[in-house]
Amino acid sequence: MATYSTNEFRSGLKILLDGDPCVILENEFVKPGKGQAFNRVRIRNLKTGRVNERTFKSNESVEGADVVDTDMQYLYYDGEFWHFMVPDTFEQHAADAKVVEEAKDWLKEQDLCQVTLWNGQPLLVSPPNFVELKIVETDPGVRGDTATGGQKPAKLETGAVVRVPLFIEQGEVIRVDTRSGAYVSRVK
Amino acid sequence: MRTFFAARGLLEVETPQLSAAAATDVHLESLAARAPGGHVAGWLHTSPEFPMKRMLAAGAGDIWQLARVFRGGERGRRHNPEFSLLEWYRHGWDTARLMKEVEELLRALAAELAPERPAPGETERLSYREAFLRYAGFDPFVASAAEIVAVLDANGVSFPENLAADRDAALDLALSMLVEPTFDTARPTFLVDFPATHAALARIRPGDPPVAERFELFFGGMELANGFHELADPREQAARFRADLAARRARGLEEPPVDARFLAALEHGLADCAGVAVGFDRVLMCLCGATHIDEVLAFPWSRA
Repeated sequence: MATYSTNEFRSGLKILLDGDPCVILENEFVKPGKGQAFNRVRIRNLKTGRVNERTFKSNESVEGADVVDTDMQYLYYDGEFWHFMVPDTFEQHAADAKVVEEAKDWLKEQDLCQVTLWNGQPLLVSPPNFVELKIVETDPGVRGDTATGGQKPAKLETGAVVRVPLFIEQGEVIRVDTRSGAYVSRVK
Repeated sequence: MRTFFAARGLLEVETPQLSAAAATDVHLESLAARAPGGHVAGWLHTSPEFPMKRMLAAGAGDIWQLARVFRGGERGRRHNPEFSLLEWYRHGWDTARLMKEVEELLRALAAELAPERPAPGETERLSYREAFLRYAGFDPFVASAAEIVAVLDANGVSFPENLAADRDAALDLALSMLVEPTFDTARPTFLVDFPATHAALARIRPGDPPVAERFELFFGGMELANGFHELADPREQAARFRADLAARRARGLEEPPVDARFLAALEHGLADCAGVAVGFDRVLMCLCGATHIDEVLAFPWSRA
């Protein structure tokens, strides 16, 4: 794997730190007048999601992490693993519960999502920013009530529960923002 | 600026950008210019200091220069590998008098170029030791490397493990991360009396502890200038060069040729003088409120 010198550091670069893949969020070059130069870096550990600060001696080299984001189609869940496929190559990957943690409530079969691979293994699955899902369970709609702004819980086909306006009926398809879990609109 | 120096009787000079010798400072990366065959044809200067001091030794009066200089690997919000350094020398002056003049230049430039911005506030001066005691909570002349690293850690600043025993590097990081950010950005702040290990090309004033007669100016959240009561002793200068080269060898860094002509000039005799180098691009940043050096460069390194 390639190594990167601190002067190649930039946000988005993936490096290996203490054995974990990390992404650089911010990089600042710090050098007092006549002294040692440093790179102050904010990094996110891609395995734990934790954000840390780290200081490097400038010109130091760090091993790169073989991390790539790939669009894949979600195929099915077999009770233990979630299976994904690269549409162009039909290459398949299986991810466990930890990897799909953030995405699993939004995954509908056939939908495309982003799978982050580290050394060819799924590290993280991110759902699309917006998904369209069918409501499988909610209280009956209140006809005509489009103005009061009242909300009720609705269970979606993937198992996620979101708050929806009162006029929404069971069986309708709605658009949801997966980053906030918020209802966006009805899909006709 | 030309008016400022002309009115004060300083002569504007030019010295080579490409030299046979280079700076030995461990923390300066001189860039080599290579001829088609691959051999080093010369070194791009990191500052015009050595040739300007040769002029002084040869009998020039007070001189100044605005030079384009080059420092490899220096790139960031406040760094561009090629930048403008304003440097001048005063015969018979000490650092106190020169600091006053640096301040006058800063105020003159602010009044002339940025009259719409608030004028720099009242100048503050504090010693390296006071600054650390006040803002970092330890004595920079006494604390061990491990103690400094512990203070950094406690403030959420990690220190590279591979530098753990490097006390000077720990001081450098503490200055940048703990001390400097506390300076009032609206007031010029002079930091004076550096530890002898941070003397660079400054004289050391004997005492307990001995201190380097060196100053730095901070303003607008940046270090703008570095000045010395210039070291004129050729033996001590040669010893510092040798120590630099030994430190470079220990770190596996390139060992550029030492400037023998500069040493010869000191041998001939450099009169008592003080000199200062000002990061001119950073002065411009302060005067137009820029937060990145790229804003004051037509073609920064990313597009050079």
